Amino acid sequence: MQQIFNFVIKNKTFLLFLLLFSIALTLTIQSHSYHRSKFINSANGLTGGVYGTFNTVGQYFNLRDENAILVEENKHLREQLLNPISNKDSSYIGSDFSKGKYRIITAQVYKNSYSVTNNYLTLNKGKNDSIKEDFGVITSKGILGIISNTSKNYATVLSILNKKSSINAMLKSTDHIGSLKWNGDSPHYVQLDDVSKFAPVKIGDTIITGGQSTIFPKGIGVGTIDSFDTDISGDTYIIQVKLFNDMTNIGAVYIIENLDRLEIKTLENSTNE
Amino acid sequence: MNNVVGTNIIRFILLLLLQVIICNHINFFGYINPYIYIIFIFLFPIKDSRLILLLVSFLLGMLVDMFSDSGGVHAAAAVCLAYARPILLKTSFGMSYEHHSIKFSTTEIGSLLTYITFGTLVHHFILFTFEIFNISNILLILKKTLFSSIFTVILSLLIIILFSRNRK
Repeated sequence: MQQIFNFVIKNKTFLLFLLLFSIALTLTIQSHSYHRSKFINSANGLTGGVYGTFNTVGQYFNLRDENAILVEENKHLREQLLNPISNKDSSYIGSDFSKGKYRIITAQVYKNSYSVTNNYLTLNKGKNDSIKEDFGVITSKGILGIISNTSKNYATVLSILNKKSSINAMLKSTDHIGSLKWNGDSPHYVQLDDVSKFAPVKIGDTIITGGQSTIFPKGIGVGTIDSFDTDISGDTYIIQVKLFNDMTNIGAVYIIENLDRLEIKTLENSTNE
Repeated sequence: MNNVVGTNIIRFILLLLLQVIICNHINFFGYINPYIYIIFIFLFPIKDSRLILLLVSFLLGMLVDMFSDSGGVHAAAAVCLAYARPILLKTSFGMSYEHHSIKFSTTEIGSLLTYITFGTLVHHFILFTFEIFNISNILLILKKTLFSSIFTVILSLLIIILFSRNRK
């Protein structure tokens, strides 16, 4: 017994190091293997408050860009209003909204990141604004990500620039579907995997969300095809998609709630049983 | 003594805020960010217990992790750096660092540069290894380590020299 105590006291620095290091390692592994990091995330009062305080200063520097984006969006909406038939060829939010299937909440980005391999954003809306996990997040230009954690007043978004992200998307011209992933390289490009070899893929074609999940409505713009290649087996295409969004410059966003989500989920669960 | 504790607490908070509000968003060339919060670990008083240094470094890393949604990568790297600090001190300031109790404000630039460079390299390599967590991307890890380290070393050296009193 004495020897054990002596050993502990003699090596206390190393043992403490080992303990702290293994805690950090556990958290790291957990954050790499699960969809949500349970303990350490920026959707809490402390981090949200700090980001909020400094965001009120930073906002003024982006006012010019924000205005330009709003004018662009207004123009787009006005065009849709004046040409109701032609809205089929716009990559904008579909006409589904008129049926009242979706609720939209506006929010501000408090923290944006795009330089690491698993990127998250922090928004200034949370449970108090009835934001829940798995709501979709878009900007006026295209998709951004999915809500991953919420606290009272803040929420974190699993960005499409995250290795854990996988979103259903399709070619606009032919409805061939694939899953949208990111290889960690450039914040301006994502990859569309598992697209059938029989799809007529053309450079410059538009990619939109597929509407097969309950998160995003069908027809929200993602990007245009930049280049494409067959994968190792030769059966499917891997498409490089240039994003509509400039992920490095994001201010105002829209959170989408699918009001039929619960109904669809219960139906799917009862079918699976 | 109180003075030293106070200085360190202020330094802790200032460096943390500087890191999460400014330095995490520089994204030079798209991915290069300096991680200047490790200055706190470099400048931590040598005479104080290593146990306290380990605990404080862990806390600092954890807070940076919380702000940047990165799991535990900063905590792991900071703890490793804190544990390796005596070895770094020995290699850069000579065997007798314990008896002389160096003041960072009066050391030669050369030794200081060696100390910071090796420390930064150790910290950044562990940081990016855990962040990418895929050994097949070793080239990406090394690339990020190298460029971010250059940025961090230059910034750290400037900050330490600017804010150290008594330099002639």
